[in-house]
Amino acid sequence: MKTLLQRNIRDRIMESLLVLSTIVVLLPLVIILVHVVINGISALNWDFFTQELGSPSRAMQGRPTGLVHTILGTVVIDFLALFLAVPIGMGAGIMLSEFPDHKLNPTLRIMNDTLNGMPAILKGLLAFVLIVKPMGTFSGLAGAVALAFVMIPIIARTTESALMSIPWSIREAGLAIGLPRWRVVLSTVMPAARFGLVTGTLIAFARAAGEAAPLLFTSFGNNYLPNHWLGMLLGPTDTLPQRLYSLAISPYSHWHSMGWAAAIVLLVFVIICFGTARYLTRKKT
Amino acid sequence: MNLIQSITSKVPTLPLFATSESRQASGAAEVKTSTGTNTAPGTGKAENKMRMETHDLSVHYGSTMGVRNVSLPIYDKQVLALIGPSGCGKTTYLRALNRMHDLTRGARVTGSVMLDGKNIYDSEINPVIIRRRIGMVFQKPTPFPTMSIYDNVVAGLKLVGIRKRNVLDEVCERALKQAALFDEVKDRLNSPGSSLSGGQQQRLSIARALAVDPEVMLMDEPTSSLDPQSTNRIEDLIHELKKQVTIVIVTHNMQQAARVSDKTAFFYVGDLIEYGPTNSLFTKPKEKRTEEYITGQFG
Repeated sequence: MKTLLQRNIRDRIMESLLVLSTIVVLLPLVIILVHVVINGISALNWDFFTQELGSPSRAMQGRPTGLVHTILGTVVIDFLALFLAVPIGMGAGIMLSEFPDHKLNPTLRIMNDTLNGMPAILKGLLAFVLIVKPMGTFSGLAGAVALAFVMIPIIARTTESALMSIPWSIREAGLAIGLPRWRVVLSTVMPAARFGLVTGTLIAFARAAGEAAPLLFTSFGNNYLPNHWLGMLLGPTDTLPQRLYSLAISPYSHWHSMGWAAAIVLLVFVIICFGTARYLTRKKT
Repeated sequence: MNLIQSITSKVPTLPLFATSESRQASGAAEVKTSTGTNTAPGTGKAENKMRMETHDLSVHYGSTMGVRNVSLPIYDKQVLALIGPSGCGKTTYLRALNRMHDLTRGARVTGSVMLDGKNIYDSEINPVIIRRRIGMVFQKPTPFPTMSIYDNVVAGLKLVGIRKRNVLDEVCERALKQAALFDEVKDRLNSPGSSLSGGQQQRLSIARALAVDPEVMLMDEPTSSLDPQSTNRIEDLIHELKKQVTIVIVTHNMQQAARVSDKTAFFYVGDLIEYGPTNSLFTKPKEKRTEEYITGQFG
């Protein structure tokens, strides 16, 4: 039998360990945020949001340079990827949750988990084979397809869990008034699960928006704004994560600070997504 | 189809069933034994028409048996009460009557459920059509969470493509009146269905089921989560409804079964023990287990 004092000391030690691990979790995030903002804030100016990057000499000669083509390319590719991934991902999620007896269900579950765990660069490779090779050129479309492969398994899993959280009785009530199954899912279960569905989609979007690897040999990157908006889909296109990487490995100090600025924009983009997701889930409870 | 013949052909395997059925074989006898208030005036023939019937209906969940070889007639515009202790299979039986087990993983139904002489488990029968004809109300109220009161009631019509506002308005009012809810909600049809009280939500669920004009209504302990006043309202409602629809009700409450039903079936661990006119089943049960149950010796 230990004394009360001993037990109190043990309690304190355990608590301190927990606090310590919390700090270890939070510290990298704080370091990243502070470091990125300190290094990048000076490069965030009007030119950054209105000019294209151009050649390295442009920066060295002091001519205006920026990342407008990168930001636009990111928006185009990410939203196209979302557009491609939502119907497929949600469809798979509905299959996982609503048709547990279907013979394709177990296979789908294994494949989806595998796809989810697959390194993102392999999804780039897949899009390379599917889109870049036949088209004969790197393109925003290929980048969007690669990112869609990142989003699909996440959307499928979050859709499944959002739908599963809706009581089974709602489905039975729908069936009992003579609705077909697809109608029950579409008109009663999915509206009830809407916050969960939106949240899952936003999380998938934010995850994909931060990926550089699948874009390296699909959308490839581009220092200039294309002449026509279709150029973004059909030709090499710049995106923030991939641009961040190429700026960072470049030998020009001006480009380095632009890289930090790109990181700020990317962080804000991702934080907005996660923040919206958090807000929506909180509103639900 | 000759209904009586089809029943009597089952008799040898079902001695319990035979006693009650042989009594019903004659229309005149049936009117006399039925509880007075429930008998429609006029001919006994209309009273005796069989709407549904199950033959050797069994439901298995995986390897466990939920209900074993139940054969029961369900008469048109009458109330059949299913009673018995928890886990006796009465809900399982009820859910087999509109193919609700189709969605239950591992559930297997054998035997037949006849509706107007057709087996609803036949492969060419569409369960969606069957469920429009055989409605169901559940133990817990289940308003669709994102829909208004109005949309809840007309969901069964609107979601299959009926969009005419005047038709929907008419059905909504009719169903809400039938469910004795109209006066309480007529000024707030657009507020969410989930904003109603428990008893109102249950009546909303009933109105929603009635909106598609079912011929048979299955009720699974519809008052078990309600207070006595709401329970009364729903029992009154059952009395009104059976002028138009056939009702099968599962209840834990034997007084309720006695109050609302014309026929009662007593289930015990998956078997149908006794079936008969409610009046005689409660006053002169033939089976010892029925008597023990209704006198509160177990259950």
